[in-house]
Amino acid sequence: MMCDDAGLLLHAYLDDELDAADSAAMARHLSECSACKARYETYAIMQKALSEPTLYRRAPDALRAQWTTPPAASTVVPLPARRRAPVAWAAAAGFAAAVLLSVPAWLHWMPTRGTGDAIVAQAISGHVRSLQGEHLMDVVSTDQHTVKPWFEGKLDFSPRVKDLAGEGFPLVGGRLDALEGHSVAALVYKRRLHVINLFQWPAEGGSVPQATTQEHGYTVIRWTGDGMHYVVISDVNEADLKQFALAFQNEANPLMSR
Amino acid sequence: MPTEPNASPRGTDAARSVRFEAQVVPYLDAAHNLAHWLARNPADAQDVVQEAMLRALRYFDSFHGGDVRVWLLAIVRNTFYTLRSRAPHDALHDELDDVKHPLVDDGPSPETLTLLAVDVGALQAALEKLPPPLREVLVLRELEECSYKEIAAITEQKIGTVMSRLARARERLRDELTCRPKEVRRHDVR
Ligand SMILES: [Zn+2]
Repeated sequence: MMCDDAGLLLHAYLDDELDAADSAAMARHLSECSACKARYETYAIMQKALSEPTLYRRAPDALRAQWTTPPAASTVVPLPARRRAPVAWAAAAGFAAAVLLSVPAWLHWMPTRGTGDAIVAQAISGHVRSLQGEHLMDVVSTDQHTVKPWFEGKLDFSPRVKDLAGEGFPLVGGRLDALEGHSVAALVYKRRLHVINLFQWPAEGGSVPQATTQEHGYTVIRWTGDGMHYVVISDVNEADLKQFALAFQNEANPLMSR
Repeated sequence: MPTEPNASPRGTDAARSVRFEAQVVPYLDAAHNLAHWLARNPADAQDVVQEAMLRALRYFDSFHGGDVRVWLLAIVRNTFYTLRSRAPHDALHDELDDVKHPLVDDGPSPETLTLLAVDVGALQAALEKLPPPLREVLVLRELEECSYKEIAAITEQKIGTVMSRLARARERLRDELTCRPKEVRRHDVR
């Protein structure tokens, strides 16, 4: 490989977008060419710097309130006055308000605080532990038909195992873990370069509503379904993790427990 | 998610709103982040997001499967450019000039950058100075963590174009970060 080719491929290499052959060729060039190597390191530093969370501009609360069912389903928080197209805006506002009023109140994605925080804390430490050392997975497989039987005899329940590769969340393996004194099944999924841990164990009490919590840069979503408690945690963005939860809950997916 | 094929119009609306809230609203942060970096000020960003969400709601029935985030971000981007072209003195004059900016990559020493890059304020200023076509690919890649394929879909470009713009964007950003105070940079158009 020549430096000219490397100049452009460098970026694709940094972004993990090269196929195996190009990736190997790039790695070889970087090990031989100090100029390209220095350039690569500069961009790697810049990429790291851009991952600084304060640069990511989350939606302000007022905007979110406009598009989220409020607990009482009656108040629409007005945005600050708009500076252009007031007529269009007024019509649009009426439309949005009507839509918001028609949404049933039982659907709430609002983060809940103060309940089950022990579970959240334990899920976070379980997740962090799984990323350190060698203990991410006891069974490494992208095949649900391999992962599910692996749990047999190791737990007193049969976990639900689904591959969600079609939804952009490939299954990569599983392991045993513990949450709140229960033995739990931990399934490991990937979203791009991020790891997602899904914990599950039998629900003894009734079902609890789905709840989302943000803590230390992690998002934790809990829900109950078909007699199981589920806790999913990752550092992917909240929307992606919600999509994961929806995909896992979706009955249309092939299900091993049938 | 409950869907009732033969429900009353009112029931259909409610089911649709539930689906919209469950599938699209979780990407409000992504929509806002892109809008913010395109518009570069909070009020305009909110305008863009609000308008984009209303459009998304209007088009939602014609959205069949696929990646919701990609779909929504494409709407945000189009909304931004539409609103901006309507504002007269905000015209699109920071066009991307591939010919006048040949790809010359004689980078400064990494040490210089290490010092500067940790300064989030400088990073933000440098990012805001990039012309929109470069800024958007960088924001989608580094902040939103989109794949090249996703960026290509959002910006309606070929993957090759995404790659070369990303390369150019990073070079410009690096230059902004390393030789900031000197020389008036010709791409400092607002
Ligand atoms: Zn080289």
